Amino acid sequence: MIEGALWRKWVFYNIPLILFVFVLLFPFYWMIITTFRPDGELYRPWNAVNYMPFWTNNPTLEHIKYLFEETNFGRWMMNTMFIATISTLISLFCGVLAGYALARLNFPYAGSLGTVIFVTYLVPQTLLFIPLAQIIRNFELGDTPWSLILTYPTFLIPFCTWLMMGYFKAIPKELEECARIDGASRWKAMVYIIIPVAVPGILSSGIIAFTLSWNEFIYALVFLSSPDQKTVPVGVTSELIRGDVFFWGPLMAGALLGSIPVAIVYSFFVEHYVSGLTGSVKG
Amino acid sequence: MAVTAVAGVGARPTPRLRRLEDERWLAMALLFPTALLLGLFIAYPFIEGVLLSLTSQRVGIPGKWVGLDNFVKVWNDSIFRTSVWNTFWYTAVTTVFKLALGLWLALLLNRHFRGKAIVRAFILLPFIIPTVLSTFAWKWMFDPTFSVINWALFHMGIITQRINWLGDPDLAMTSIIVVNIWRGVPFFAISLLAGLQTISPELNEAAAIDGARPWKRFWYVTWPLLLPVTMVVMLFSVIQTFADFQLVYVMTGGGPANATHLFATYAYQIGIGTGLLSEGAAISLAMFPFLFLIVVVQLLYIRRVETR
Repeated sequence: MIEGALWRKWVFYNIPLILFVFVLLFPFYWMIITTFRPDGELYRPWNAVNYMPFWTNNPTLEHIKYLFEETNFGRWMMNTMFIATISTLISLFCGVLAGYALARLNFPYAGSLGTVIFVTYLVPQTLLFIPLAQIIRNFELGDTPWSLILTYPTFLIPFCTWLMMGYFKAIPKELEECARIDGASRWKAMVYIIIPVAVPGILSSGIIAFTLSWNEFIYALVFLSSPDQKTVPVGVTSELIRGDVFFWGPLMAGALLGSIPVAIVYSFFVEHYVSGLTGSVKG
Repeated sequence: MAVTAVAGVGARPTPRLRRLEDERWLAMALLFPTALLLGLFIAYPFIEGVLLSLTSQRVGIPGKWVGLDNFVKVWNDSIFRTSVWNTFWYTAVTTVFKLALGLWLALLLNRHFRGKAIVRAFILLPFIIPTVLSTFAWKWMFDPTFSVINWALFHMGIITQRINWLGDPDLAMTSIIVVNIWRGVPFFAISLLAGLQTISPELNEAAAIDGARPWKRFWYVTWPLLLPVTMVVMLFSVIQTFADFQLVYVMTGGGPANATHLFATYAYQIGIGTGLLSEGAAISLAMFPFLFLIVVVQLLYIRRVETR
């Protein structure tokens, strides 16, 4: 394409893009700077003469120390990691099998079952949290990690299944037929031939499922009650606010550290994440 | 099938495995774990929820059958009506802005420049980072006394005194809308960018040679081809926004004076906060008809596009 004059490129592309990036990333910068800002500087009104928004000359680790010494933050991280990992694995297992069945096998009602999965994919957690809380209590799972490990798959499995269906459909049928002619059973053809080819899809769904379970809030808020069972989002919300008092330093430190595992996973697999996200939209 | 008969190479399958050779049996076996979990934790709670909403249960008090009383009571509740209005307003405004800004950002990213991969990776961060945690950063930025936003607006000469972002009902809703847009734009942008990349540049070039101006090229070539992806992205976004909870819970908790409640936060306040389980269940279930309608309309649309 023919590019216009340089100033046009700046006005129409570069400046808007810079503004977008600035606005989208600024809250994270604010999180980081608050984490390391001492309390004396933190609680200085915005119209004070020495309000210094973008930098601090006396960085401190006191908020992070507070987080680990005065709260169960370490425990919350472990809980969240455990819950997110196990529920992701369960969802991947179910989603891969179901996705394979719906994409590649002929059986009655296959099409309508696919639609049912798609519709459950759209059921928001806020629709069912009150009856589900009662069911969790009746099963005596309340206040245990299992209350979340077993319920998170309800929104992760439909997602994984939907995504995996797309990947399985893209694998040519001949691949499987060759294996079958060589004597492999259906089961073996699936496990040894088709699933290995679909590994990129499994990785994508796994990463997105992990970030989704790390992000989940309302189930964790309702099903868990004791401080040492909580996940990071719930722990930060309930233990770092006492009445009307917000402990902003530790709160931002908690938000920052609580985001790091997700950010690390994401940074290693950006391409898989993006392809999963866009794959789920294309269906 | 004949194939299995010819294949005498491997060991003979055991009867159980032989049954898996039948596609229908295999499909049932493969779908069983999914059906079990979804049945137990979606279908069953849904039925329980409907039954619960028709009784008068509270925490610790088993209720009795009251028919549609909870729904009638809720309908006459002025806070509920405010929440319904808020939910529609919130969904409509954020969706329009997310689509417009997301499309703009996608168009900005849909060309070659240095550092494109890094920019794309970074702009998705608001979508990846747990919502509750990033919303706290916004709440802190909106703090009336320590707000960096007030500081910036003051120094740009736009305001002369402090703005109490979350203390005033209208401003609080606007602030929540801003945060939702901030969180949703990256998802729209990245999905629409993927849609844009499937459109062959030759189509646009052909239109350009025929003398179409840029905005006409966009309107008559790019936009129609992008529409299917746009509709699916909107479907997800509308449902997530309509049923949103975390953002409002963290930013205002429904306040000031119950002015910013959505369906979900009000259901939480009544059902869990106050302990009126049946009434809370009724409020959440009141979302269902709208969600159902959105899903049906969108499914019909998607099917129409696919069969065309």
